[in-house]
Amino acid sequence: MSEKTYLQALNEALRQEMEQDENVFILGEDVGQFGGCFGVTQGLFDKFGEERVIDTPITESAIVGAATGAAFSGLRPVAELMFVDFIGVSMDQLFNQAAKMRYMFGGKSTVPMTLRMPQGAGIGAAAQHSQCLESWFMNIPGLKVAIPSTPYDAKGLLISAIRDDNPVVFLEHKMLYGVSGEVPDESYTIEIGKADIKREGSDVTIVATSQMVYTALAAAEKLKADGIEAEVVDPRCVLPLDTETILESVKKTHALVVAHEAVRFAGPGAEIAAFVAEEALEYLDAPVKRVGAPFCPVPFSPPLEQHYVPGVEDIVEAVKSIR
Amino acid sequence: MALSKKTLTQMYETMNRIRMFELKLQELFAAGEIPGFVHLYLGEEAVATGACSVLTDADMISSTHRGHGHLLAKGGDVKLMMAEIFGRQTGYCKGKGGSMHIADLNLGILGANGIVGGGGPLAVGAALASKYKHSDNVTLCFFGDGASNQGTTQESLNMASAWKLPLVFVNENNGYGISCPQCKSMAVVDIADRAAAYDMPGVVVDGNDVLAVQEAIAEAVKRARNGEGPSLVECKTYRWRGHFEGDACTYRCDQELKDWMEKDPIPRFEAKLLENKTLTEKEVEKIKARISEEIDDAVAFAKESPLPPVSALMDDVYA
Repeated sequence: MSEKTYLQALNEALRQEMEQDENVFILGEDVGQFGGCFGVTQGLFDKFGEERVIDTPITESAIVGAATGAAFSGLRPVAELMFVDFIGVSMDQLFNQAAKMRYMFGGKSTVPMTLRMPQGAGIGAAAQHSQCLESWFMNIPGLKVAIPSTPYDAKGLLISAIRDDNPVVFLEHKMLYGVSGEVPDESYTIEIGKADIKREGSDVTIVATSQMVYTALAAAEKLKADGIEAEVVDPRCVLPLDTETILESVKKTHALVVAHEAVRFAGPGAEIAAFVAEEALEYLDAPVKRVGAPFCPVPFSPPLEQHYVPGVEDIVEAVKSIR
Repeated sequence: MALSKKTLTQMYETMNRIRMFELKLQELFAAGEIPGFVHLYLGEEAVATGACSVLTDADMISSTHRGHGHLLAKGGDVKLMMAEIFGRQTGYCKGKGGSMHIADLNLGILGANGIVGGGGPLAVGAALASKYKHSDNVTLCFFGDGASNQGTTQESLNMASAWKLPLVFVNENNGYGISCPQCKSMAVVDIADRAAAYDMPGVVVDGNDVLAVQEAIAEAVKRARNGEGPSLVECKTYRWRGHFEGDACTYRCDQELKDWMEKDPIPRFEAKLLENKTLTEKEVEKIKARISEEIDDAVAFAKESPLPPVSALMDDVYA
């Protein structure tokens, strides 16, 4: 076990999977010598060569489609799009091809493809390079969607994603790449679709994803000073979603706040709030509260961007309004 | 290169199988026996037949929404196809895919595709996999004139050429993208001209001449197998029916259809085979009778097959 950044954890996952399975390869824009837009594939080109770390033209449809075609031809590609925002260019290849193939073909094919995409605001990249789009993918049967928050989760989930026989959308938050944490040196997996309780508490459940996990943990510390013990549940994957862990927590705490960076309206929190209302309304002492980004594109100017991303106070306030 | 009697006979059989399969579907659709859409391949039989005749079972094809001909030419099972088109449990996709989504990975059929231009990137991936595994398999990417205008197709041509993939782009230019004639949708006359932009050979062939198609594809496949990269072969042909069954086809004139029907690829090939004595009249009759029976059996099989149980709805969403 040693301290590694989220970025190093991802890099290590890729390297170890490529070492143990020659069918695993990487393709994407500038993933080779350049090492990836944010540096996740750094060093892999030197180690594995250009046949396994393939630089593509800037053509997102062809990247996602080629990964899909290679996946059902027996390989395990890990494709990278520089920013999740570019998925719009290639959405057909993801949702009509990769996600539907198995079902449309009567279960006769598998598509073991992983599609890594950084998302999120915080680097002043403005509206076309900063979105959180997990709710798009959550609405597509056939996909799985991992959205890890910690370096430990990032490594274990990426290895699981690569080994999974389904197309997995792997959403990394670009503000998390530099975050450090304990990560085992050896290879390990984390079950896709299994939530993790990042902090135990008895008074309110905060379901938080990706970067919002840290915001929720900071909010929990503040709330502690006011005598409120928050439980922070990190789903780690939004599809499949670990509804069981969320329900158990809500049944214990009797209150729920959902926090994500994606826009609040029709965001992942809407689904979480709705199923809790359906399954455990009688356990709730107060309405479910959602914290999410406002319904506007991500702005450029630093004060606007900072204001756009939900903060600790937003979560504290949401909790206090029901506790 | 002179083709063997066996190969020529097989090609003739395939063309007739496609023709009769499609004529039967036309009839069944009109009678209201088939759910959903069907996009018939009538008139284009020489393209799929000529192209697939040079492939092995291990080679792959990506197909289009007008895919029955490609699938049959690649060896697709008539019964399983018919059952799928009827939405039956016994069909290729257990009734989950229908006419536009039939696949048989064991035969290298990567699937028909409901999205115009959807198959290009997938074919690139399949060809990339062949190269990655150092196999000498080739992938054929069938696409129409409409799909040639899609960004995915251009991206695929570029990527395949940049990476010298073992891929052959087989353009079936049937003159219309749904109702839009080629003259309104692109400035070029020959789609094969676009190959120049990607530094690959671009060849135009008479798509109603199965031997011309065979020869052009054989050359392109040879190149691909030799590691010399992709080619684009444009096969000029014509769609006898509307875009889909039920399309009133008000956008084109009867004379145009009549002219093309006179270039029917099957009698043309048949005349050649009889003339050079590859087949006798009697053999031709026998082949036709046998295929007709095969199609009838497939229809009977489909009709007798059970519909999928509602309990199967959620099966196979995930592996």
